[in-house]
Amino acid sequence: MAKRAAPEVNAGSMADIAFLLLIFFLVTTTIEKDKGLLRSLPPIDDTEYEPPIIKQKNLFTVLINRNNQLLVEDEEMPLEDLRQAAIDFLDNGGGTNPAGESCDYCKGERDESSSDHPDKAIISMKHDRETTYEKYMDVQNELVAAYNFLREREASRLYKQYYPDAENVYSAMLEEKEKNQFSKDETLNERIETIKNLFPMKLSEAEPDKT
Amino acid sequence: MSKFRKKEKGELPAISTASLPDIVFMLLFFFMVATVMRDSSLMIENQLPSADQVEKLKKDRTIFIYAGKPSSQYKQFGVEPRIQYNDAFITVEDVQPSIYQGISEMNEELQSKVVVGLKVDKNTNAGLVSDIKQELRKANALKVMYIANTKTEE
Repeated sequence: MAKRAAPEVNAGSMADIAFLLLIFFLVTTTIEKDKGLLRSLPPIDDTEYEPPIIKQKNLFTVLINRNNQLLVEDEEMPLEDLRQAAIDFLDNGGGTNPAGESCDYCKGERDESSSDHPDKAIISMKHDRETTYEKYMDVQNELVAAYNFLREREASRLYKQYYPDAENVYSAMLEEKEKNQFSKDETLNERIETIKNLFPMKLSEAEPDKT
Repeated sequence: MSKFRKKEKGELPAISTASLPDIVFMLLFFFMVATVMRDSSLMIENQLPSADQVEKLKKDRTIFIYAGKPSSQYKQFGVEPRIQYNDAFITVEDVQPSIYQGISEMNEELQSKVVVGLKVDKNTNAGLVSDIKQELRKANALKVMYIANTKTEE
């Protein structure tokens, strides 16, 4: 039999089919882009014990009422000032830590009536049940921002030479840790721990009153 | 008239569209790889609050809990904020078993590192959130992530 060339198949509709599939995927799928504030909750502890005595000056109280107003250290404060107030409180360094060392890296005013040492400084926030979640998140965000600002500052003081191009040294370090999560870099982890210990995040939340 | 004639003479051949499917398939594969299927349909309004100190979420070890007012199609559930897990509304008491169930469905090596992602509508009362958190503490799932939109710096 004589060989005949197979007739060319019209592939004009192929594009249409592919478009159909493409549009299906565009509609039914999402690109994951979830980000958020990572926080740890305190475990429930049943053991009865005397709560440690915390000096009033080492406690930075933030209250949010049901009308979303802020009461910081018994004074009403707009949200915009909260970050700076928290930084001033944490960075004060007026006294010594439990080990008796004074805070030599603090750049605060060393006010006798404010916190002794970042080790001892505790931020306590309390909100009403009627507070909106948005306001709650705003406040959390500002407080975390205060810690991050100070950690960032210490990181650039201590480790700037390793990250000369990085704008934010601390986040550059965290990013690097994220990248080599399968191969542990001891020195990097140690450095991150050092920064975290300089300004330990002591942010406690009180349960809202049941009313 | 003769002007038009001239044009017809030097007519261009039809442009081949044979590579169009290839291009579209390329796009298709990109979307298939880069995206995931929507896993649960939201029965609540879910406008996330915004924050600028956000961290990335590790998807593989996260259990999501949604909370907010029932959206317009689910008006029969009232206007009070509700909690949603997977595809159903749950009460505060159900949070604990739901978390246990979610943990048991996860990879074994990730079970101890579980993070609970809270996707809460920004107009919800913070009291509901603290109820959920109390339940999470009881369930010993202590890492939470308040999921938020990234705020752009002005």
